[in-house]
Amino acid sequence: MKRYFGRKIVIYLSTFFLAVTVDWAIPRLMPGDPVMNLLSRVSVRAEAAEAMYGYYTKAFGLDIPVWKQYINFWIALFHGDLGTSVYLFPQKVVDVIIMAVPYSIALLVPAILLSFYAGNKFGAFAARTKILDNTLLPVGYLLTATPYMWLGILLAWSLGIVAGIFPTAGAYDFNMAPSFSWPFIFSLIKHWFLPFLSLFLVQFGGWAIGMRNMIIYELESDYSHYLESLGAPRSLIRKYAYRNALLPQITGLALQLGVIVAGSLVTEVVFSYPGLGSLILSAIQNKDYFLIQGCFLFIIIGVLIANFFIDIAYIIIDPRTRLGMAGE
Amino acid sequence: MSLQIKNLVVYYQTLSGYVKALDDVTLSIRDGEIMGLAGESGCGKTTLGNSLIRLEPPMKYIKGDVELDGEKLPIWNSSQMNVFRFKKISIIPQYAMNALNPTIKIGKLISELLSSRKFNYKKIKPELERRLDLVELTHDVLSMYPIELSGGMKQRMVLVLSTLLDPSLLIADEITSALDVSTQKAVAEMLVEFRNRKIVKSMIVITHDISILYQIADSILVMYAGKLAEKASTDVMINTPRHPYTKLLISSLPKVGVRYAEKKLSGIPGNTPLLLDPPIGCRFRDRCPVAFDRCFKEPPFIEIEKDHYIACWKECI
Amino acid sequence: MIDKNNKKEKEPEKEDKIPQKKPKKINEFVYFASRNTKLKVGLSVVLFFLLVAIIGPFFTDYKWNAYIGPISQPPSSEYWLGTTTFGQDVYTQFVEGLRASFIVGIIGGGIATIIGIIIGFTAGYRGGMVDEVLNIITNIVLVIPTFALLLIIAAYLKVRGILMESVFIGFTAWPWAARAIRAQTFSLRSREFVDLARISGMKPYKIIFTEIAPNMMSYLLMTFILQFGGAILIATTLDFIGLGPTNAISLGLMMNYAVLWGALEFGNWWWFVPPGLAIMLIVGSLYIMNVGLDEVFNPKLREM
Repeated sequence: MKRYFGRKIVIYLSTFFLAVTVDWAIPRLMPGDPVMNLLSRVSVRAEAAEAMYGYYTKAFGLDIPVWKQYINFWIALFHGDLGTSVYLFPQKVVDVIIMAVPYSIALLVPAILLSFYAGNKFGAFAARTKILDNTLLPVGYLLTATPYMWLGILLAWSLGIVAGIFPTAGAYDFNMAPSFSWPFIFSLIKHWFLPFLSLFLVQFGGWAIGMRNMIIYELESDYSHYLESLGAPRSLIRKYAYRNALLPQITGLALQLGVIVAGSLVTEVVFSYPGLGSLILSAIQNKDYFLIQGCFLFIIIGVLIANFFIDIAYIIIDPRTRLGMAGE
Repeated sequence: MSLQIKNLVVYYQTLSGYVKALDDVTLSIRDGEIMGLAGESGCGKTTLGNSLIRLEPPMKYIKGDVELDGEKLPIWNSSQMNVFRFKKISIIPQYAMNALNPTIKIGKLISELLSSRKFNYKKIKPELERRLDLVELTHDVLSMYPIELSGGMKQRMVLVLSTLLDPSLLIADEITSALDVSTQKAVAEMLVEFRNRKIVKSMIVITHDISILYQIADSILVMYAGKLAEKASTDVMINTPRHPYTKLLISSLPKVGVRYAEKKLSGIPGNTPLLLDPPIGCRFRDRCPVAFDRCFKEPPFIEIEKDHYIACWKECI
Repeated sequence: MIDKNNKKEKEPEKEDKIPQKKPKKINEFVYFASRNTKLKVGLSVVLFFLLVAIIGPFFTDYKWNAYIGPISQPPSSEYWLGTTTFGQDVYTQFVEGLRASFIVGIIGGGIATIIGIIIGFTAGYRGGMVDEVLNIITNIVLVIPTFALLLIIAAYLKVRGILMESVFIGFTAWPWAARAIRAQTFSLRSREFVDLARISGMKPYKIIFTEIAPNMMSYLLMTFILQFGGAILIATTLDFIGLGPTNAISLGLMMNYAVLWGALEFGNWWWFVPPGLAIMLIVGSLYIMNVGLDEVFNPKLREM
């Protein structure tokens, strides 16, 4: 297990290191003066532009040697300083992001956990049930092939605009002030539901077909056949097969995280949900590169943390990793 | 009679048609008998073993009866067979190395399996531990995962588990082929020990390695291309085989004390026929050194001496 | 012993396939492929859209970004898929976008598969230290969310084209393929025929291309199909968030514009339904095709 964790930690640390380095290097690798690049496409008042130019020249520290710039970047990072937003000047990037992160997490975590649970259960159930296998699995494949934003658009249009059941923009009613009251919480849930649903559905399809394909292999494996020979009931054989088929699914979850996060970002955009996705869109439209860089780092850190949790879950379920005998 | 099989026919269903893997098998095994079942790869010996306990697609039951201790086995109906499996008839499969669920502790597996069959694990546990002693496994294995066991240990664990409910018939399929020679001998002797202690009434030991059968089997049945060729007591089979195929099979065995360099093994020339469309008449005809006209008709499997059965026209005239 | 190789007994059904020669095997695949509904349906849908992407643009006289007429028109004989809120022709945008999607799929998926093959073969065949290092690199790229990486790169590029987008996607999407191919190579490496080649002094790259790769052809094809679909989806996501091509149209961009310019509020469904539907059908059909191919190549999964 030590070896397993050791490897994982090496990978995580190198990933983080690489990500930060990319984050630092990209604006500097682009041709021309990065500060001019940054500000040339921002339309602000002349005096503000001058103040900003002064600020960013200092922030980039272009007058000092490159290695010092790099070290300074790391130091600032450990002080939680990701610079100042251009389009929300003079707000700090970290503050802007911290405001948005809870919304993204509120969408992502329930959608991931619930779809993983329900999708796997359903996939296991559909496997070897001829009718379900032939009718609902194509649906599963189509769901997992659906672009996240498109399902979001369809839901927003049909249930939101045409049927008028759900709101299609924001995290709560515009005329409400955040408070711990029932109407406000109700409004939060109502705004949360559609983006959640579209994230849930796309992922659900993926897990269902993944489990269906995995469990068929498990049910045809030697240990399942042996249990059949000993007259074990179907329920027991399926229970074991499910548990073992869950292992590759958990690995799959780790591999899919990036895609899922990307999906939630675009879903937020569709519903103008004030999470990281909407923030990134605004940052892109306003050429606010500090903000983009900050979001990039946050996403990577989030994915790394999630990966770590998934590793722990895997170790709990698979004894082979605990015993240090299986590679992955 | 412990086991009686009458005219059993089991085919494999493939897209190109039926593969006639088991054709018209009739045989019986006495109480306490260890019957060796030998033959080349693809002769149908594993199919015979599987048919008796787990007949699943693409295998297809065509006809025939199987009786165990006077009770008819519904081998064509998997759910009805469940009553007999493990309790009356059990198997140590070819794949014993991978037969245990890798992600669960062995003790827990046994406990869950037993309770799913309405047995009380606690009550059986003392006996289980005695059996572990018998096969020289420590009781710790129950709290281990299968991957913590060596190949030989897993094999013995499966032997203990498969026979835990004292089945009337045990099918042991190629249980020695994945082991080294010294372990092979130990496992083979354990099988005999299990029979002597009446844990298992009778056994079918499937193998392509006749030398193992020589050590443990009371009788040997040789199959060829889905058909029975010859059955007799082990001594008779080894010393005076009558079927031309058996003769070739036995003579291709290395004799004890004879070094390979001194006597070249005489393999049997030719190939086993394809069972998708087997030749009419005796299926060994094309490779048989003594084949004659009559062999174009199918030879019956008949008793030519007491307890000596054979399917060959040359020998039953 | 009778069987000197100590092989386990094979089921008779497999036995009768062994003597068959190569050409017969290909015929067998064609036979099973022609009987496989999943493969047939999937392939037809993909080919249909490919056809539309190829010949579709010849049926329009407009440019995708030209303001050609009345705004927010529903589909009609004049404007087959209606017009946008600016009066652009949706059909023109759709067929151009479809072309872009296939280009991204082929180039992005192709590059990812090739990198995956090179890394997977090398790591799987060489093993040891090389494997260890490549494995760590693969895992690092695997953990970094592709999208985030593309986000930061794309954000700094002033002019972006579809080709460039495809190349970026290809260079970040390979780790999954590399891992899968490595595992396959690993299991083939210890097989008898590879041993034989090694003993007879064949060079490693020659062994890989003459002994290992042919035995993985079906697997590589399926990897490419999955990467193809994956690349289309990644591109759609990038385009939708505003990082797509700056000088062309794509299906993701269409949805982006539709959402930004009020297609939902005005009920201009013809603007946002076709692009997403096309992507879902293409990628979904690719996946279903893949399952069909798996059944064709893998006798165990064939239904009797």
